[in-house]
Amino acid sequence: MKPTLEMYLILSAVIFAIGVTGVLTRRNALIIFMSVELMLNAANLTLVAYSRFLPDVSGQIFVFFVMAVAAAEVAVGLAIIVAVFRQKESVDIDKVNLMKW
Amino acid sequence: MELTLFILVALAAVTSALLVVIGKNPVYSVLFLVSAFFCLAILYVMLGAPFVAALQVIVYAGAIMVLFLFVVMLLNLRDAQSWDVTGSMRRWIGFATAGAVLLVALAAVRGVFDPGASLRPEMGNAESIGSALFTRFLLPFEVASILLLTAIIGVVTLLKRDNAKSQAKGGEA
Repeated sequence: MKPTLEMYLILSAVIFAIGVTGVLTRRNALIIFMSVELMLNAANLTLVAYSRFLPDVSGQIFVFFVMAVAAAEVAVGLAIIVAVFRQKESVDIDKVNLMKW
Repeated sequence: MELTLFILVALAAVTSALLVVIGKNPVYSVLFLVSAFFCLAILYVMLGAPFVAALQVIVYAGAIMVLFLFVVMLLNLRDAQSWDVTGSMRRWIGFATAGAVLLVALAAVRGVFDPGASLRPEMGNAESIGSALFTRFLLPFEVASILLLTAIIGVVTLLKRDNAKSQAKGGEA
């Protein structure tokens, strides 16, 4: 027996929910970032699964673009974290309330 | 047979993802995230997308995670290694929201229409992806290159030190 589309989508939903949990419950900015990466990958899994079952190559192309955006996002995000760390000596997001009114 | 492999890989992926989120030490979180990405790469191969799987290993598990690891090592986070979840109420709101997201996603996915197409192995190779990328998706491809260039310039400007400032500080940190 082969795994169905539904199984891949359920796995993707579970990984996405784990990522949401990480973003909402952790305070370490690096871990929050990794959770965002988990969510992006869950979305990628959905795209590849649909690409295989439809079948249409566009889903895999889209994954390619998601990876390009993720690379840019990680570079800029980590740069911001390093810049904040230089100022605050911490990556605790509760201590980074520069933009809080 | 394929189903057994899928279940094993899926369990490994979910376990790694959980360990990323509940891990105390960011270095371990990075390593478990790499393992989760490898599990997803195996799934991509099973889905007939070997090119995406190779990208996943090279770009994600290779380049992006090395960047993460580099920053984790660069920032000396010895004091931040304790379990740093948010306060009790915010934590439970976070769990509840994530649970709600999971429920909604599972409800949407349940009984999804399966077109049931047979696997087309020639669809996921580098040739077909490349030809689609350079014909139908040429404009997005070029825009992605501009995006990456912008990101490079942005990172350099963000982290560039003001010479006068760093001299005043005595070159510390």
